[in-house]
Amino acid sequence: MIRALMSVYRRDVALAWAGGGGAAAPLGFYVGVVLLLPLAMGPERALIAAAGPPLLWVAGALSVLMTLERLFQADLEDASLDQLLLAAAPLELAAFAKGAALWTALGLPMALVGGIASLTLQTPPAAAPIIALGLAVGMAGFISIGLLGAALAAGVRRGGVLIAVLVLPFFAPPIIFGAAAAAAASAGEAPFEGAFQLLGACCLFYAALGPIAAAAALRLQAD
Amino acid sequence: MTRRAFKGQPSEGLTDESRLVDGLAFEGLALARGSRLLFQDLTACYQPGVLVELTGPNGSGKTTLLRAIAGLASPAAGVIRMGRATDPEDRASLAHLLGHRDGLKGALALRAHVRFWAELFAGDAGQIDDALALVGLRGLSALPARVLSQGQARRLALTRLVIAQRPVWLLDEPAAGLDRAGKNLLADLIDRQVRQGGLVIAAVHEPLGLPAQSLALESLKP
Repeated sequence: MIRALMSVYRRDVALAWAGGGGAAAPLGFYVGVVLLLPLAMGPERALIAAAGPPLLWVAGALSVLMTLERLFQADLEDASLDQLLLAAAPLELAAFAKGAALWTALGLPMALVGGIASLTLQTPPAAAPIIALGLAVGMAGFISIGLLGAALAAGVRRGGVLIAVLVLPFFAPPIIFGAAAAAAASAGEAPFEGAFQLLGACCLFYAALGPIAAAAALRLQAD
Repeated sequence: MTRRAFKGQPSEGLTDESRLVDGLAFEGLALARGSRLLFQDLTACYQPGVLVELTGPNGSGKTTLLRAIAGLASPAAGVIRMGRATDPEDRASLAHLLGHRDGLKGALALRAHVRFWAELFAGDAGQIDDALALVGLRGLSALPARVLSQGQARRLALTRLVIAQRPVWLLDEPAAGLDRAGKNLLADLIDRQVRQGGLVIAAVHEPLGLPAQSLALESLKP
């Protein structure tokens, strides 16, 4: 069963980067936003320092949202979803493996980019690892709950809007806690642990719920 | 499948656990597509070691029946029993389904496909090169699947059947796109699976040229 899961994980990581696949465009979008927006905001240091952490989080959430439309739709269209349904592992775990692959291919690089970009956003260097870690946890949460939206909209043409309507409300709590933790860490005064713990709890809940709900939705799509 | 089996010599065949002791049975099965009833009152039983040719005009429910047997579509009424398994998820783990779409990823190499299937279906990853050689794609194993022709893509899909042993094969127009040699290969694979005590259900418009039982869906039209 573990072998079957690892095979799904490895295939999806490979596909995400093969031939400019699913992860390149959202990562480029993320890099573009976090590098260009400070330029657009002008030389006001205080403004950039205040806007930086929320900017990293909002851009990250929207980048994840971009990838969700094709996540299961591609598998449904080429019928490889049927293979996941016949696999030697439950579909719930296969969905989890797909989410983990997307996190590896997109979430983790975005967290690293976010940590580095925070330095250009007037954040003290000591806060950069905390911001990167928070983003890594937050992206896992976005992707986990995003699995549900992606699965429900897999059979819908132009399902991106449907996915946005479905998952954006769920994106709100991690954004609130994650941006609060990042802001507290970069300001260097308030303790950030409380917000960080709430972020972790929220994302753990999503990681447990998302794959199970996604598998139920995918079984309906295959019928 | 063992290495010896690829060379066309006798093999041990399916293990006792994976053999379908009670065969495949339909009891009062009715299938619907959306709100349209495709057929009803299908009651039949097939013992292991049989090829069943599923026939019927377009839209008569051949594909839906194959998907229902694999546990991917739920019947409107009736029961499907595969061995002792009636639960859709148990049936899914006993069957290979070869649909009219091959389920390939254009960016992924041929070898990566076969490795993926070997692991996904709990097969033998040591047989990857043999499986590719069997379908005549060994020389292309490093190329991405997008370069394959329709017939080659179908040949690659056939490696799913041999890389992991499953007692039931559900084939939807398996010969589509295959050349003469490919059709002979397909017939050999089916023949071997049947001899080993497996069960093959193939939706066909042209007979495969093997001894087969027939299941005609047009007679069950509501």
